[in-house]
Amino acid sequence: MASAHPNDIEFRSVTKAYGAVTAVRNINLAVPKGSFLALLGPSGCGKTTCLRMIGGFEQPSEGSVLIDGREMNGVPAYRRPVNMVFQHYALFPHFNVEQNVAYGLKQMRPRIDAREIDRRVQEALSMVRLDGFGKRRTHEMSGGQQQRVALARAIVNRPSVLLLDEPLAALDKKLRSAMQIELQTLQRELGITFVLVTHDQEEALSMADQVCVMSAGRIRQLGSPQEVYDRPADLFVADFVGKINRLNGRLEPGGQMLRLADGTALATSGEHSLPAGPVIAALRPEAIRLSRQETGPNGLRGTVTHRIFLGSGVEYAVTVAGLGDFLVTADRGQGSEADLAAPGDAVTLSFDPAAVHLFSPSEAA
Amino acid sequence: MRALVTFVYLFLYTPIVLIVLFSFNAGRNASEFVGFSTEWYGKALSNAFLMEALQNSLIVGFTSAGLATLFGTMAALGLERVSAKTRAVFDALFAAAIVVPGVVIGIATLVALVEVFGLANSLIASVWPGEAPPRMQLGFGSIIAAHGLFTMALVTMIVKARIASLGRDIVEASSDLYATPMTTFWQIVFPQILPSVLAGFLLAFTFSFDDFIIAFFVAGSKTTLPIYVFASIRRGVTPEINAIAAMVLVASLILILSARFLMRDRTANS
Ligand SMILES: Nc1ncnc2c1ncn2[C@@H]1O[C@H](COP(=O)(O)OP(=O)(O)OP(=O)(O)O)[C@@H](O)[C@H]1O
Ligand SMILES: [Mg+2]
Repeated sequence: MASAHPNDIEFRSVTKAYGAVTAVRNINLAVPKGSFLALLGPSGCGKTTCLRMIGGFEQPSEGSVLIDGREMNGVPAYRRPVNMVFQHYALFPHFNVEQNVAYGLKQMRPRIDAREIDRRVQEALSMVRLDGFGKRRTHEMSGGQQQRVALARAIVNRPSVLLLDEPLAALDKKLRSAMQIELQTLQRELGITFVLVTHDQEEALSMADQVCVMSAGRIRQLGSPQEVYDRPADLFVADFVGKINRLNGRLEPGGQMLRLADGTALATSGEHSLPAGPVIAALRPEAIRLSRQETGPNGLRGTVTHRIFLGSGVEYAVTVAGLGDFLVTADRGQGSEADLAAPGDAVTLSFDPAAVHLFSPSEAA
Repeated sequence: MRALVTFVYLFLYTPIVLIVLFSFNAGRNASEFVGFSTEWYGKALSNAFLMEALQNSLIVGFTSAGLATLFGTMAALGLERVSAKTRAVFDALFAAAIVVPGVVIGIATLVALVEVFGLANSLIASVWPGEAPPRMQLGFGSIIAAHGLFTMALVTMIVKARIASLGRDIVEASSDLYATPMTTFWQIVFPQILPSVLAGFLLAFTFSFDDFIIAFFVAGSKTTLPIYVFASIRRGVTPEINAIAAMVLVASLILILSARFLMRDRTANS
């Protein structure tokens, strides 16, 4: 299976239409060997369709999908060196856990020795921490356990690529974070390329080393989690990946100054290529500093209207006259409750020029 | 309302209860019960004509149900692969086949078979080298064909419902795990639909075994069990007929209950 080709998966101008619905539009994408890619986007943006085209359950209407440098158009699912973990697990109900996990190995030609199959099945089960569950019927297991069986059934075949379609969507929050860590560990240990579909931005950012943000069948941005979060390519990405505060304003000639609707002038980093004129500025809630003193440049005066205690931090809603509501998250710090701002307090919001992301209003999503 | 319901049930079941009751009547008269006896069962089972009719019914039942199950299952599987529009057309046709009255099917099959036999026989006669060319005529073949066609619709509906509840997930999972379509069918799909295939067979058999109307039209000189019973009661209802009816009733009930058991909702325990 090892080859010199650097990419496990490549999309070349792939378009997929279902009748009148175009699910995927002209996508180009390369997934390097051993990487962990997350396809992230809102419902209906074409994530599952992309995954199914890699798995061989759908064929592109135009363009081609390559696996390990080989063009896969027309190659059926059962001849592709990839395995999929289905959203609803799709375990075989008439088989027990072992039989489910052994299924792929039993199909391999030349045949694998029965003892070898058994050894690898047990190894896979212990990798997903299901030792001793081999003889169970799958419907006698919890959702999380079934999920692990599905995972074991896929990784036991040592595919070059593992495809995961929202594999954690049905699990509760605690189990989900535990499985996220396990999946990540597994991916590093096995060195298999993972392609994960999710609409949960936290999941994508925390697990993947490449995040591909999609909307309406197109790729909006492809980059590392930090890039996508810190330098969103457009307003859609900024909005979808994390929370933002949106401000309408005008960029002054020279591009260094942003004039807001109420006349306030804000400094910007200047690292953009927008012409002077109307722009939309985006600010992450945690990039805003909130203080009860009147301080510094890039400051806006406002009044706290709500305070939400998040456990690890605090979230404030602050109304700024003429500009509207701002969302601000702050560390809880070591201070007592008296140190926190309370609803009704007058506060100053300030931020680094570098934290202000500017977008052209035409691409507003 | 309650009284009405009670009346309907009484109306439906009293005759059946009476038939079973009088099959155990020691006397010959159907109007008075003189004592318990199983002699009519013995009489029925040693009646050579009746046994031949039973044998005919079993041959027709097994063959037609077997063919209906084979083709009905294949049709159900095939319909999975056609476009939604084509499938809707076939669904409607199958549903129609089930609601068409037996009389209509009987007459239609008879007319069709007579036409075909007429054409085929003259064709065979024209090419046959010898003196007496073989002639196709009504008989087992025609009853089997008529029953098989009708019950195939039944099997298709039952198996299709099961396939629909399976979903495409496990089929795709199997294919994802390197199984060829053939392996996927035998390892994954077939074990899942087998109970409904068996249920379809049992219902098809029960239908064929109990059917009088269609068989009456196309049987030719052959006598099936219902045809024999019909012919006998023209000479008066004897307790022997009651015994036969009771046995057919019990056999049919067992078959139908088995079919229902096979078709029960498995999601409850899975
Ligand atoms: N088999 C199909 N036939 C017709 N349209 C389809 C089919 N599968 C998907 N679509 C359409 O293609 C678009 C993309 O679907 P896809 O399943 O890829 O979305 P997704 O990003 O996975 O969404 P979700 O997060 O809801 O799963 C949707 O508009 C959907 O309605
Ligand atoms: Mg999806």
